[in-house]
Amino acid sequence: MSNLLNVSPSPHLHGKESTQKLMLNVVLALIPAFITSVFYFGTGAVIVTVISVASCLLFEYLIQRFILKRPLSITDGSALVTGILLAFNLPSNIPVLIIIIGSFISIAVAKMTFGGLGNNPFNPALVGRVFMLISFPVQMTSWPLPKGFGTGYLDAVTGATPLAVIKEGIKNGEPLSQLMDKIPTPSQMFLGDMGGSMGEVAAIALIIGFVYLLWRKVITWHIPVSIIGTMAIFTAILWFVNPEKNADPGFHILAGGVLLGAIFMATDYVTSPMNPKSMIIYGFGIGLITVIIRVWGAYPEGVSFAILIMNAFVPLMNTYIKPKRFGEEVQNG
Amino acid sequence: MLKTFPLGGVHPPENKLTADIPIEYLSVPESVIIPVSQHIGSPANPVVNKGDAVRTGQLIAAGKGFISANIHSPVSGKVNKIDFASDSTGYKQTAIFIDVEGDEWLDTIDRSKEIIRDIKLSPEEIVKKCFESGIVGLGGATFPSHVKLTVQSGKKCEVLIINGVECEPYLTADHRLMLEKGEEILTGATILMKALNVDRAMIGIENNKPDAIAHITKLATSFKGISVYPLKVKYPQGAEKQLIKALTGREVPSGRLPLDVGAVVHNVGTAFAVYEAVQKNKPLFERVVTVTGKSLSKPGNYMVRTGTSLARLIEAAGGLPDDTGKIINGGPMMGKALNNTDVPVVKGMSGVVIFPAGESLRDEIKPCIRCAKCVSACPLNLEPFLLMTLSEKGLFERAEKERITDCMECGSCSFTCPASRPLLDYIRLGKSSVIKMARARNLK
Repeated sequence: MSNLLNVSPSPHLHGKESTQKLMLNVVLALIPAFITSVFYFGTGAVIVTVISVASCLLFEYLIQRFILKRPLSITDGSALVTGILLAFNLPSNIPVLIIIIGSFISIAVAKMTFGGLGNNPFNPALVGRVFMLISFPVQMTSWPLPKGFGTGYLDAVTGATPLAVIKEGIKNGEPLSQLMDKIPTPSQMFLGDMGGSMGEVAAIALIIGFVYLLWRKVITWHIPVSIIGTMAIFTAILWFVNPEKNADPGFHILAGGVLLGAIFMATDYVTSPMNPKSMIIYGFGIGLITVIIRVWGAYPEGVSFAILIMNAFVPLMNTYIKPKRFGEEVQNG
Repeated sequence: MLKTFPLGGVHPPENKLTADIPIEYLSVPESVIIPVSQHIGSPANPVVNKGDAVRTGQLIAAGKGFISANIHSPVSGKVNKIDFASDSTGYKQTAIFIDVEGDEWLDTIDRSKEIIRDIKLSPEEIVKKCFESGIVGLGGATFPSHVKLTVQSGKKCEVLIINGVECEPYLTADHRLMLEKGEEILTGATILMKALNVDRAMIGIENNKPDAIAHITKLATSFKGISVYPLKVKYPQGAEKQLIKALTGREVPSGRLPLDVGAVVHNVGTAFAVYEAVQKNKPLFERVVTVTGKSLSKPGNYMVRTGTSLARLIEAAGGLPDDTGKIINGGPMMGKALNNTDVPVVKGMSGVVIFPAGESLRDEIKPCIRCAKCVSACPLNLEPFLLMTLSEKGLFERAEKERITDCMECGSCSFTCPASRPLLDYIRLGKSSVIKMARARNLK
């Protein structure tokens, strides 16, 4: 025997899963939503995604190479996912410079200052998005209308999102039944034929992504189902109490960023809880806060804020909410 | 729906390369080294001296105390010396060296091929026989079997569980034994039932062994009270508490024994050894060992005398391949990597897995992405990521509160971690520190 033997503690096998593969699966799950966004918003969707991804990767590279002087990790795919998700949360006609600033906030401030992948308390893409929303309110709320594949980058026709139409209308005292005629029908909304962030509009594409993620066991059902369930129940109660002032649950779930948020943003590994019980509480919190912001808050949409607020509770939940251990307080009949 | 345990678990590639290869009896070696501690508990006391002639099956070291086991000579010949020898753990311990001359068995051992079903011994005599014959748990834990058969007053055994799960990848020793010694195993189970005074036995076999399930199910119809349950393939189903949960739905409380929920679990290999001891008067001195690996030229299942050098066993399986990178004593999930092959086969050795160099190294450690896959893989619902961090930082009080000592070291967490983090390495470290801490506290 010429070669030395390797000796290490068990287990001597390792599963085929890796960080890179998980991230790649998230990217694959986002492809249907990307296709629909290009289909509805044209060239702008491609440009915004490319700029966002490229600047996220570049900032991560520069920070690790020159400031942290650590081994490069951009191949792990997490900056790629952040870039895509950030783009999906933006209107397709947003100027390049604003995208670069947002990417910088996402990667440099929200992720790398905390130590990079695995250490950031808040979802980087959402921190970037909320920063942009507050700093560039005009550009961030001029939503292009879905005018099809041929739409140019900066010449998109803009208009209000269904959520904004409802919010404005109710504030002006218009009855909901009239407002509902001004917005797309539920089936249009399901297919994504409405104004909004480029990646959030097509429910069908996001649901395909969700099924894929569940199938590949990248995420579990707990967070998305608990967010959507909470929203459905809460809005149903409001709708039941006053149908002239509150939209129906179907509208609330299809409009805005609920599905994108529930499926792709709230399930971000790093910033979400680590056991099923906490995941359900976390999802409940997001659903609740979203509806509160939508119905009583200043903004028509509240998913981003709701997720960031609940992100802040994750360390607390991880510390105090424990899974029931095997062999703990068992009752055998 | 097939039964299985509800929490966690993983499904590593099975790689049961030797499932179709019948058990081969390995010839008696020229010399053997018999460690006096091949079981959990106090080491046995040598009762032979240098120069003594011994016969196959003769007692050479006597169990000391209740939790201990006798050790018998697997060969006939002369005691060369009693000295220290490295065993498979890498530690040196007392061992009896015997030079083999012929193969003279004790006359009391029934070597006929006839299967005897009729049980003549009383429950007390069966337990005594198990102790005398040096029977220990052959699934790998090597806990002396007579201890498990002694039901303390106030407790009652309701069901005997026979473990035919063999959830470790690669290993097929139990599988082959079920196919080739099915009737003996079932008789052994009946003997165990008699000793425990129960009328019900459940045999759990994972569904990746359909031939064994069919064979044992068919045979079991002629035995009273024994039923066979196919189980969904999931690691670590062979773990005692997981198997009890899968079969009976009962959960053994943390820190308690299976008997607290009325169950006693024995491995199929143990049931076979009990049969041989009780019906054939043959002490435990040989066992089936799977020698396997993708590069091995002649992998197989070998009936080996204890004390045989591992090098000789590997030679029989075609010799060490050139690309050998790791030799594992036991299965790849819980087995221990060996640093050389000059160690004796012992009672607890169920297999030897040889990994090519390419598969023997770990992947680079990457940062934890908090994906919680370790939490969902843990069959005890612990939080491995947290236990690792606490152990790494030396926060042992908190690790104790998080039940680090419940960990049975199945390795599902490390197996599943996408960032290839050595979760179990750190948990082991923390666990031993917590146990030390708790001991020191109890002494005060």
